[in-house]
Amino acid sequence: MGLNRKELADKSSLHLQTDVLVIGGGPAGAWAALSAAQNGARVILADKGYLGTSGATAPSNTGTWLVPPGDNRTNIVERRWQRTGNLADQRWMLRTVDQAYENLLKLAEWGYPFPDDEDGRLYIANLRGPDYMAFMRRRVLKAGVTVLDHHPAVEFYFDGEAVTGAAGVDRQRDRDWRVDAGAVVLATGGCAFHERILGAAALTGDGHLMAAEAGASLSGMEFTGKYTLAPYGSSLNKGLPFRWASFYREDGTPILDADGRPLQNGIGEREKDIARAMIEAPVYAVLDQAEPALQDWLRRGQPNCFVPYDRAPVDPFAEMFRVTFRAEGTVRGTGGIRIATSDCGTDVPALYVAGDASSREPLVGGTSGGGGPNSSWAIASGWWSGQGAAAYARRRGDTAFCTSSRPLGQAGLRPAALAKGALTPRDVIDSVRAEVIPLEKNYFREGGRLQASFDKIDSLWADVKNHLSGEGTALTRLKAREAAAIAASGRWSIVAALARTESRGMHRRSDFKTSDPALAHSITLRGVDDIVASSAEQGQREVAS
Amino acid sequence: MIEVVSESRCVECNICVKVCPANVFDATGGVPVIARQDDCQTCFLCEIYCPTDALYVAERADGPLAITESDVEERGLFGSYSRALGWKRGKPGGSELDPTHRIRVAQV
Ligand SMILES: Cc1cc2nc3c(=O)[nH]c(=O)nc-3n(C[C@H](O)[C@H](O)[C@H](O)COP(=O)(O)OP(=O)(O)OC[C@H]3O[C@@H](n4cnc5c(N)ncnc54)[C@H](O)[C@@H]3O)c2cc1C
Ligand code: SF4
Ligand code: SF4
Repeated sequence: MGLNRKELADKSSLHLQTDVLVIGGGPAGAWAALSAAQNGARVILADKGYLGTSGATAPSNTGTWLVPPGDNRTNIVERRWQRTGNLADQRWMLRTVDQAYENLLKLAEWGYPFPDDEDGRLYIANLRGPDYMAFMRRRVLKAGVTVLDHHPAVEFYFDGEAVTGAAGVDRQRDRDWRVDAGAVVLATGGCAFHERILGAAALTGDGHLMAAEAGASLSGMEFTGKYTLAPYGSSLNKGLPFRWASFYREDGTPILDADGRPLQNGIGEREKDIARAMIEAPVYAVLDQAEPALQDWLRRGQPNCFVPYDRAPVDPFAEMFRVTFRAEGTVRGTGGIRIATSDCGTDVPALYVAGDASSREPLVGGTSGGGGPNSSWAIASGWWSGQGAAAYARRRGDTAFCTSSRPLGQAGLRPAALAKGALTPRDVIDSVRAEVIPLEKNYFREGGRLQASFDKIDSLWADVKNHLSGEGTALTRLKAREAAAIAASGRWSIVAALARTESRGMHRRSDFKTSDPALAHSITLRGVDDIVASSAEQGQREVAS
Repeated sequence: MIEVVSESRCVECNICVKVCPANVFDATGGVPVIARQDDCQTCFLCEIYCPTDALYVAERADGPLAITESDVEERGLFGSYSRALGWKRGKPGGSELDPTHRIRVAQV
């Protein structure tokens, strides 16, 4: 169901009411909308971009974590748990694979064109991004959901007890929108710190900032040390082909590891060595470990990986090409908004969270959320949050529409002091990136460097909070708010990295090289300006103000 | 980054304006324009949604390369990503032939 022509043509702002508002149209938001609608709710889905192309899945080719039911399931989950840095929760892992499996079967039933495997059975463990999300869009529209494309949300409305809806901008018509809702599902994806990776344009952490302003806590924000190889200057942060890569210097000499062996396989244990080599000098790769049959499967199975090579042009199986590590923020990291209830409710009444916007620590702990678990998580958490939100809205009745609510947005929207035009969103983002992107600061971490980064980002934050404003068009307001959200997310990441005085998963500290058993629990952050860090063991501790 | 909107191929349907997740294009009443090139996330999705293969996204994400329409035409690159996927005239296709399962087996 779309809006009628008159509603869309009208220049004045749009104000709607619904049972469930879903913010974000990646897989998590799409599944949330479907499940809320199936549970009888009227649903509106607002996406910053376009439901079908927006977010991290749409341009990619995502493998799911598929574990069919049966006795072996517990063993597989147990084995995976051992890789999570002891932070995951096997109950969440089991229920995630269970729900994801069920929903993947639903996709097959609905006619999604899965390929066959060698034995002629449907292979449902992989979803090709553009096809999957185009399919989900059709399904969501068919379920009667009102879809608002190019309608980014910028803030929540709150009545003192619960969230009552959200507001944002219609960036193509330059006007405001507001939706009153019985419950809200936040599915805005991760924060990619403006790195030019696939799908990241919209992933600026807006949802993290909105939720924190409403009082939600975050966890796992220190796990932002995930980087993936890509052809230099490209957006193709897909590690898979580099499984068959060898690495060289510009003059063609092989790069050796500490034991004198040539560096190969960029997605395994050797990633660290490649990162170290890249800090010293440019690194080149050839995919020369791939047999001809594999070359063909790679080309046909991961066609987007070959777009940069074919357009350059270069033959990646025979010729050297320069590579880079792209930072992935919380996208293939694991942190986000903390989940408080089994139906993906947060600490804030009426607010649910799904997909990369939420902390995926219960599923993957401190190791990468990509490579299977994340897409299964988007499906399962989307489904549960839609159910939870529909049930909440039903219990709440119409009270969300009659209370007096106020908008919560601060940084980037309503500066605390005089707006200064000289502070541009671009400058803010560049300053954050200088602290959270370089390998030598964020891949290899160290207390002194983290503290220096914190000092910089903390004074930047004071400027953002006091002076950043995007007065003007819908677009300029959105850009200012996005910059504020990136700054807030970067600041949380550094605060959490300082608090975790050990190495665990993708959080690597040279001043604390090993894991500390006493720190085998998650670190929770609360607050936007004054950040309070706490963990089960240490209790609460104010670490930044 | 998005670099070329081919005036000769474009049928002015505005699909690219609607589907670009980064809101890079502006509608004009005629052929859309690249209004915010620096916002492009180099996802190549506008290419596959365009019904007439009128768009070209260069491989460099960090900034434009200034490739021209005639270069793209000469090298046969218009629509090349759609063909690799099996999408046709802006519509999905080809996922049923995806051999990624073989790569995943070989990966371990
Ligand atoms: C290159 C790449 C490859 C990957 N491969 C795999 C894989 O093989 N296996 C795997 O498990 N995972 C993989 N992942 C991770 C996977 O893509 C994500 O986990 C998944 O997309 C998360 O879904 P999501 O819906 O939570 O977020 P996204 O898909 O990122 O969608 C977020 C949505 O929120 C919208 N949004 C953002 N801000 C706002 C706002 N303010 N208002 C309204 N809407 C907003 C965005 O427009 C977007 O549509 C990969 C990621 C990348 C980048
Ligand atoms: S989608 Fe293609 S044909 Fe349609 S307006 Fe855009 S460039 Fe022109
Ligand atoms: S490549 Fe992606 S972001 Fe760039 S113009 Fe095309 S659809 Fe938009």
